[in-house]
Amino acid sequence: MDPIEAVKAKYADQVLGTGTHAGQPWIDVKRDRIVDILKTLRDDVGLDMLTDLTAVDHLNQGLPERFAVVYQFYSVKDNVRARVKAWVPEADPTIDSASALYRSAPWAEREVWDLYGIKFNGHPDLKRLMLPENYEGHPLRKDYPLTGRGERMNFPRYVP
Amino acid sequence: MTEPRKTVMSVEEELEGDLGTRRMIVNFGPQHPATHGTLRNIIELDGEVVKKLEPEIGYLHSGFEKISEYRTYNQTVTVTDRMNYLSPLCNNVGFSIAVEEMMGIQATPRCAAIRVALCELSRIADHIISVGLQAMDLGAFTVMLWTFIEREKLYDIFENVTGARLTTSYTRVGGLLRDVPPDFEQMVRKFMVECEKTIGEIEAVLNGNRIFLDRTQGTSPIPKDVAISFGLTGPLLRACGVPYDVRKARPYSGYENYRFDVITGENGDAWNRYCVRVAEMKESLKIIDQVLKTMPQGPIYVDDPRIVIPPKTAMNTPGGGMEGLIYHFKNYMLGHGVCPPKGEVYSSTEAPNGELGFYLVSDGTQRPYRWRVRPPSLYNYQAFPYMTEGGLLSDVVAVLSSLNIIAGELDR
Repeated sequence: MDPIEAVKAKYADQVLGTGTHAGQPWIDVKRDRIVDILKTLRDDVGLDMLTDLTAVDHLNQGLPERFAVVYQFYSVKDNVRARVKAWVPEADPTIDSASALYRSAPWAEREVWDLYGIKFNGHPDLKRLMLPENYEGHPLRKDYPLTGRGERMNFPRYVP
Repeated sequence: MTEPRKTVMSVEEELEGDLGTRRMIVNFGPQHPATHGTLRNIIELDGEVVKKLEPEIGYLHSGFEKISEYRTYNQTVTVTDRMNYLSPLCNNVGFSIAVEEMMGIQATPRCAAIRVALCELSRIADHIISVGLQAMDLGAFTVMLWTFIEREKLYDIFENVTGARLTTSYTRVGGLLRDVPPDFEQMVRKFMVECEKTIGEIEAVLNGNRIFLDRTQGTSPIPKDVAISFGLTGPLLRACGVPYDVRKARPYSGYENYRFDVITGENGDAWNRYCVRVAEMKESLKIIDQVLKTMPQGPIYVDDPRIVIPPKTAMNTPGGGMEGLIYHFKNYMLGHGVCPPKGEVYSSTEAPNGELGFYLVSDGTQRPYRWRVRPPSLYNYQAFPYMTEGGLLSDVVAVLSSLNIIAGELDR
């Protein structure tokens, strides 16, 4: 079953755009019913592997919202890929967690929370994955400078 | 008066009585010889049984994805070296293929063939070290030494081809740094003969070894559907009996022209993972043999002035170097050179650990807007608590060494 058709048939009001690139169908959706959409894709379409989950920060690019949470799917049975993108607004960066559907989701969501500051509702254990617990800020956001925010200045300067 | 405390228990009492063990927390890593990388596991033990295992990662986090947003595409190749440091060439090739897919260009036949040969050599380098370390953790130190000898030979080949042993940075978008040296085939042929012999020796030592068999067979089997849900790929998934290999499922770089089998196991335990790795090395040797036999001649760079840096002779020949000079200038100017069109692409290749995916978002400039790596080790390692909880503490080491977790790729 075609993933685009399956999502359009059930959640037409959630779909913002669809297309195919390099043989991979992609679907842009709103974040409100993301878990239902993922469930449809897993159970009806047969996309049984959540290959990757990540986010993109579209700061000042004139796109629907600032953040996009991107899900990459693969179906081992049918050898099909698909991509779902859910837009998350800057004012309220939260989205429902896919941890109950895919075992691969928890760490990927922790990484997105760590580096982008997007909260996942219903996540079993949402804490930072890469950075220390007391780190401030989310470094992969576009408004976070490459050199950091004073991390080096916090240490005394070594003078031999 | 209270009864005096009994200090000595009979054997029966000790075996059958409830000793009332208390839970014990063991800190495994981050600096531990059996983690083979900077990993930390907090293990809650009841006696010798693992009740809960919590991995803590991020000790090697270097912000590759952030750094790469400030580098041009060809500069980013150097960052990919540092991810899976056992097989840097596979990362180089995977990244270049992702950018090429985005720009809609196809590598030349010779370039593709060289990439396949080097990818398979890296696969052998990765698998052989993985097998050696798995054997070392279970007590067979000899195997580890043999495998390191083989890797040394491979590193000599890589040094001869790329100029570096580890940080190869060999591929470019649309081509390679340079052609392989004339004695490449001879070196690889010599290595193939020796490697086949070593693989045979490893099998002779381990396949009938009672200690190795007892500690790996039936250790952490994983059902197919659980493995797929965890997003396991590579030898781990194939050991479960799922024949998923990106080289077959979605061939890239001309893999469809070579004959090889996808090796699968049965129940996905540590023994099956070892068997899959050993068999895959033999398949890799087969592929390399076919590549060397059918190596096409011709250019290694695509004929596209947008991305190719012209040779020196096209720039400074008296009276005919103007065009070359312009292309050279444009390639190095900010805002020119390798600029994929606006859009996004997810491209994956089969790295030794599993599916290495690159999700690239381009805004049309010479730098990637978003550069996401799908590291196989991250998803493979996520299944580690599932594999070890309920087992023995000694199995934790046996399982961890069979996963081949590369910390550089795990944390990026």
